[in-house]
Amino acid sequence: MNMKVKIAGVEFKNPVTVASGTFGSGMEYGEFVDLNRLGAITTKGVANVPWEGNPTPRVTEVYGGMLNAIGLQNPGIDVFIERDLAFLEKYDTRVIVNVCGHTVEEYLEVVERLSDEKRVDLLEINVSCPNVKQGAIAFGQKASELEKITKAIKEKAKQPVIMKLSPNVTDIAEMAKAAESAGADAISLINTITGMKIDVRTRKFVLANKTGGMSGPAIKPVAVRMVYQASHAVNIPVIGMGGIMKGEDAIEFMLAGAAMVSVGAANFINPGASIQVLEEMEKYMERYGVNDINELVGAVT
Amino acid sequence: MKKKITAKVLKQEELTNGIYSLYLEVEDFADAHSGQFVMIYPGAGENLLGRPISLCEVSGDRRIIRLVYRVAGAGTYRISHLKEKETVQVLGPLGNGYDMEIADKAQTPILMGGGIGIPPMLQLAKDIYAVSGRKPIVLLGYRDRNLFLADCFEETAQVIIATEDGSVGTKGNVMDALREKALNPDMICACGPMPMLRAIKNYAVESDIKAYISLEERMACGVGACLGCVTKTAHIDDHSKVNNARVCTEGPVFEAREVLP
Repeated sequence: MNMKVKIAGVEFKNPVTVASGTFGSGMEYGEFVDLNRLGAITTKGVANVPWEGNPTPRVTEVYGGMLNAIGLQNPGIDVFIERDLAFLEKYDTRVIVNVCGHTVEEYLEVVERLSDEKRVDLLEINVSCPNVKQGAIAFGQKASELEKITKAIKEKAKQPVIMKLSPNVTDIAEMAKAAESAGADAISLINTITGMKIDVRTRKFVLANKTGGMSGPAIKPVAVRMVYQASHAVNIPVIGMGGIMKGEDAIEFMLAGAAMVSVGAANFINPGASIQVLEEMEKYMERYGVNDINELVGAVT
Repeated sequence: MKKKITAKVLKQEELTNGIYSLYLEVEDFADAHSGQFVMIYPGAGENLLGRPISLCEVSGDRRIIRLVYRVAGAGTYRISHLKEKETVQVLGPLGNGYDMEIADKAQTPILMGGGIGIPPMLQLAKDIYAVSGRKPIVLLGYRDRNLFLADCFEETAQVIIATEDGSVGTKGNVMDALREKALNPDMICACGPMPMLRAIKNYAVESDIKAYISLEERMACGVGACLGCVTKTAHIDDHSKVNNARVCTEGPVFEAREVLP
């Protein structure tokens, strides 16, 4: 049974990674799962300098999921390289580093700092965080802006570049095409869906940021639809995510066109979720006589 | 490897209006100590995330834990309906808890619990009594005569009660009781509402003593990954490199000067 997949010339032992921001850099989850078993670890977004993030409350539960407005709190690229990348050195898994910024220059600074880091296999560019006022999502909601930043990053990046797309757009196919035409090696989607929750007793917003990104199983149908549309619009590989809780959810994303899948909010609900998803995918393959996971990619048209 | 476990409900009862006591059989809580918490999962579609609830008591063999919690929303409401022999998913023990070495060194430690901050003081009182052989003074603050857990402290602590309406003990809060009894702690451990914790911080600064306070914040993962539950810190936090510490991991117990700036 083959679980190996290839994205932008990089081979992964299996198609399961974790969604950026749900897994730190793996340290916290190393106590719960064998990190070596993951196809890749996708790290929490890192910027050129430390970011404080948003005030609390930053998270709240909603039906079938949650809203978060962390605001990309991160320790900055220096600490990330010294501490987080050094930690990941010990593990036999691919490393996808998620990069964030307020301006094109800030993104580029991080990309350049990572260019000589051998431990980094791919870069994922976060142009879709709904919780940061300046930058981030601004680049992910206009095709022309997305093209510009993708081109700029591709000029500097030494590793393959994945553009992480926002679902908060009118036409996901157009955004996928924009990323591809600007040279992206792959795209990943979906980031969280912008949402809001109001406490009817206090008549206040539950999150300090007022809005937050929705994730969890409730968003899965939206994500599957967008992965289907995006993967049919482009020829570059798609990493699919959004509400994956179990193996069959991941299989569904692959059938829709994803070459890899990311487990996100499920990690919060069960710290063993990522490996559980992987094991359940293998069981599905055994049960249905699938010899190569790649047979499933985009099999439903 | 650590993992989420399936715990068996041994007993659940309502202690007073909306406050429940839940005894769970857990496989192995060998490392559990006072001030730590668990994530307990209501386990239904609309309530997927764990609810962080502090350990009220851990049995001597570390196989039974007691959680005392308030029904605050749909998730805890669902948990409050768990019946004997039913099971529930639990992750823990989590967080740093109280430092027993520090507590042992204190000559006159005082424990203060306000409202639903009272439960973690019970195991703490037991632990302090176990290491020092002295019964610490425990100040418990309630809203009114609907006390809960107060009797459970008697074996291991000297209990002083304050009620907001004056129906039992000192009229007022735990700080009013501290002043009324002219107590002079050389260390405070506390858990309770934010105004109470701020008052304790001010008192600790004025009296030049340490106060270890346990904070509450909305959490998603409970293990330090999501960065949802941060609290502002006085100094740059070693992990985050900004003035935010994770309540679930660096806390929930902090020295008061380090937080609530």
